[in-house]
Amino acid sequence: MSTDQTTTGALRGGAGEERLAAAFAEHEGDAALMPYIMGGYPDLTTSREIAKAYVAGGADLVELGVPYSDPLADGPVVHAAGTAALQAGVTVDDVFALGEQLAADVPVVLMTYANIVLRPGVGAFAARLRDSGLSGLIVPDLPIGEESEGVVAALDAAGLAFVPLVAPTTADARVAEVRQAARGFLYAVSVTGTTGERASLGDQFAEVVTRAKTAGAGPGGGSEVPVGLGFGISNGENAAQAAAAGADGVIVGSRLVRAAGDEDPVASVSSVLADLSRGLGR
Amino acid sequence: MSTTHGPETGSERRFGPYGGRYVPESLLPALDELEAVWSQLRDDAAFQGEFRGLLRDYVGRPSPLYLARRLSERAGREVWLKREDLNHTGAHKINNALGQCLIAKRMGKPRVIAETGAGQHGVATATAAALLDLECVIYMGVEDIRRQMPNVQRMRLLGTTVQPVESGARTLKEAVSQAFRDWVASVGDTHYVMGTAAGAAPFPAIVRDLQRIIGDEAREQILEQAGRLPDRVVACVGGGSNAIGIFTAFLDDPGVALVGVEAGGHGIASGSHGAVLASGVDAGVLHGSYGPVMQDAQGQILEAHSVSAGLDYPGVGPQHAWLRDSGRATYVPVEDDDAVRAFRDVARLEGIIPALESSHALHHVLNVPAPEVEVDLVCLSGRGDKDLAEALQKLEEIDGADALKLDGERTIAPALGHDPAADEDGAGPQGGEEVR
Ligand SMILES: Cc1ncc(COP(=O)(O)O)c(C=O)c1O
Repeated sequence: MSTDQTTTGALRGGAGEERLAAAFAEHEGDAALMPYIMGGYPDLTTSREIAKAYVAGGADLVELGVPYSDPLADGPVVHAAGTAALQAGVTVDDVFALGEQLAADVPVVLMTYANIVLRPGVGAFAARLRDSGLSGLIVPDLPIGEESEGVVAALDAAGLAFVPLVAPTTADARVAEVRQAARGFLYAVSVTGTTGERASLGDQFAEVVTRAKTAGAGPGGGSEVPVGLGFGISNGENAAQAAAAGADGVIVGSRLVRAAGDEDPVASVSSVLADLSRGLGR
Repeated sequence: MSTTHGPETGSERRFGPYGGRYVPESLLPALDELEAVWSQLRDDAAFQGEFRGLLRDYVGRPSPLYLARRLSERAGREVWLKREDLNHTGAHKINNALGQCLIAKRMGKPRVIAETGAGQHGVATATAAALLDLECVIYMGVEDIRRQMPNVQRMRLLGTTVQPVESGARTLKEAVSQAFRDWVASVGDTHYVMGTAAGAAPFPAIVRDLQRIIGDEAREQILEQAGRLPDRVVACVGGGSNAIGIFTAFLDDPGVALVGVEAGGHGIASGSHGAVLASGVDAGVLHGSYGPVMQDAQGQILEAHSVSAGLDYPGVGPQHAWLRDSGRATYVPVEDDDAVRAFRDVARLEGIIPALESSHALHHVLNVPAPEVEVDLVCLSGRGDKDLAEALQKLEEIDGADALKLDGERTIAPALGHDPAADEDGAGPQGGEEVR
């Protein structure tokens, strides 16, 4: 829906979008660190500890995953973690509670799948996000267009940011359409594929980020919406490459989820975060 | 029927409220391309010529329409069987697999992937891939690999990689999810041959278009052979491809009732079934499509259950959901035990071993009274060789050791054993040892 071309004035995503924008603004010129956590993995208590370690480890925003039965966009590591959390009895309520705890310290964007959002009704789901203090929502199987209209409207009304994705397969004109619809930030997927760690892809980052920012832009140029780069970023070196490529945010998922499954999860995720921070020159 | 049409292409993206394209952004270009390509090929004489030629010479179409005399006697009305079991590879699945592999060829994609439950769609896709020289990977849950081993061996022989899927209940739903994940990563050179009339648009419309030959032929055949239209058309429904295939030709015949038979599993009340439409579950999103789906209060998708792997699916094609809501078709459940007994009864009454999936439809026709019906048309969607081990074991579970005994005085020798008549002591030439 390329309905709203304005990039100035009130943010369509309301207070949620403002909080995200502030987090990116703090890292003007370099990249914000946005770790992903699978809510309730390996169990609820440990997950809370991991969330604290993210905050202590320098997370500027946190992407909070909801365990789901059929995560079509997730690779083996995130999928298995979600399955384990479901088997441990973790519920959507539990994940909202975790998000509420995290949101006291950092802006939180919930990442889940369409059916979890549609089940209670989009209005009810948006209200729960808002009441838990979360800032935005990522739904990989709700592409911009007819499928996501209702959700975007409900989030706008609740003052929350709908964060859409673009992929390497997305044509330029479509990138522009999605970018115009993005609230908070645009999630640029660095590879054609599911979430997962990959051998160095740093040389492709610049092209992905540049396309996300400018592809299909008319004479007025692209919008100012920040671009978060994700999928396949797993260490300080990748993070540095992403920042150098112009990404406004670096999203790290599978590597951290794998660390969360280690024997000492807090120590493991902390050391991954330390490496990422070094890569970002902190 | 009110369907919404893609403005440029004419492909249906929604059937009433159902359908749509709930997929990751990376797949949208492939769905766009598929929709555009199909809107051309559907009316392309060269493509249709090649497809029809292969259906005739390779698949063996038209499949016969057969008046099953002993089934008719038992049911008290005429029962006509549309013999999709006689197709090459033994089910209706080949119609769609061949069509989609031809489409993949036209799109210049050298690799195809597919999910399979019963293995019939996997075998059909592996077969079409061999014929058309495409690389082929089939995703199959390990539980289904166990249930349908002969089909796994067939696929391997045909040069296909069978990729076991370990997640969830290890059945059809997980196989579809895993195929989608592969496609998200491989979409540049790979076509996903969706095996049923479900999933993201345009798959439900394409699969229907490729399967509608079942009903197109059957309508013509029954007019010629019976001199009239049937009162009722009955087909089993997993995702719904054989059913929509046979229903489509009759949609505009108001005098023809359309009945879809779903997997009643252990009974709707047990929650352990696959009767998505008959049980009236709420709509949600599964595998890219909005429609009735088995789910919990939070929106987690539930596992279906059926004795037949091909009906073991918690969702259903969007057009069926709309046919139900609009009142044009009705959907009923048939439970595991009844389907397995119908499997045995049809084998004995007609000398036809039906697929366990089709056996659900056959039970409904044989054993559920329908006094208003004089002529039934049933889609015999596949043959049951693949199901022998599973069905015989199940029969023994429900009917005991006598499961294969005939009524009356005749008895059937057990599958394994000695011949008591072979020597005096009754121990047989092997001294009582079992022989195969
Ligand atoms: C013989 C047979 N009939 C029916 C089905 C169910 O699928 P559908 O509902 O798409 O026809 C299958 C699926 O594997 C099958 O093998």
